[in-house]
Amino acid sequence: MIVIEWLLLIFLIVCAVAVSISKNLLNSVIIFMSYSLVMAVIWVLLRSPDLAITEAAVGAGVTSVLFFLALRKIGQLGHKDDEKSE
Amino acid sequence: MNEELKNIWRAFFNWVMGNGPRPENEVIPPEPPPDLPFTQKPHDKYTRFHEATLKERYNQWLEIHGLHIFAILYTGLSVLTCIVIVSLLLATVAELPPFGHERNPANNEVIRRYVEHGGHETGAQNIVAGLILDYRAFDTFGESAVLFTAAVSVLMLLGASRRNKTDTHSLPSSNAMDAYSIHAPPMRHHTFRKDDVILRAVASLSIPVILMMGCVVVINGHLSPGGGFSGGAILSTALILCANAYGFERVHEFFNERTFIVSSSTALMIYALSKGYSFFTGANHIHSVIPKGTIGNILSGGLILPLNICVGLIVAGTLYGFYALFSEGDM
Repeated sequence: MIVIEWLLLIFLIVCAVAVSISKNLLNSVIIFMSYSLVMAVIWVLLRSPDLAITEAAVGAGVTSVLFFLALRKIGQLGHKDDEKSE
Repeated sequence: MNEELKNIWRAFFNWVMGNGPRPENEVIPPEPPPDLPFTQKPHDKYTRFHEATLKERYNQWLEIHGLHIFAILYTGLSVLTCIVIVSLLLATVAELPPFGHERNPANNEVIRRYVEHGGHETGAQNIVAGLILDYRAFDTFGESAVLFTAAVSVLMLLGASRRNKTDTHSLPSSNAMDAYSIHAPPMRHHTFRKDDVILRAVASLSIPVILMMGCVVVINGHLSPGGGFSGGAILSTALILCANAYGFERVHEFFNERTFIVSSSTALMIYALSKGYSFFTGANHIHSVIPKGTIGNILSGGLILPLNICVGLIVAGTLYGFYALFSEGDM
């Protein structure tokens, strides 16, 4: 169990660094989503299921959807499709 | 032949660009003197020679090296700020008391009271729900009010611009114009698409499950982990998925701006009235009328169940409202 905890924590750090390093904004949002998901699992391991449910619903669900919306508003979501069509 | 064509083309091009041959009687307005920057003023007789050159040389040097120096300064300062903040935080963490220690300042009589008498006093099996909706219910009321206020202000701000643009939206040619202008943002992002078969199949399967899950989390808030906020967030994700798969018109049939305002205001009013009543009757050793019920039943925990439902309604409406308002400016 401790091994799994350490793996999750290392994954968390890798995600947090990768979000800021990644050039593609869409990739950043998806990595952020996975960060929230792993964080929810860690909340369960820390015996706070209340926070886990909220983190999974808000962090991985609603926040990411709002981020996708913001990316679409600034025209970063369908960028590659535009280039192909041109 | 080729030269003639080229000449004609050049004349046509000039004419299009507005550089055509001038008519004879046109009066050419004198060109205004160009605005010289501060350091490039024309040489005056009385300025001393070396001063002018110093200014000019400084200006040139700044033009060449300024951006580079700014970039170096920017990077250095940001790295320095990061290092300072990280070291401050690490020093604070090192000063914290050890995790789970017996003599920690957080481990006082308040915790003991909550753990030992919480279930008996609030009637909730989930002690967190008992905390946030009974002992600390006014905090949760403030959170709900803040969420509602934020949603209403977004509605006012974005609704004002929407009402001005209503006429352009209804024009049939606006969609056709959007197809040609690639870089301009399209007017409506979520049009009713018939080709999203996969999304619709997945949504039709998963929306009832998500809705059920959200209702369970809200209603069982005093028995199991969860509560009004997380359950409301789950409900709002179901609404957002429905709006994405079937279009906003489908959601409008049962949830529009009016429904949101009415439900949220009613929920807030019920919360304020019931909690104010229980605060006045439950405190100061006055006997409370509200029954606690048996711990573990659905109908237990006094006011926690209706308060959870109120908070869930507000959160679900607000989060879906944010999505709808920011995506198409309507609700």
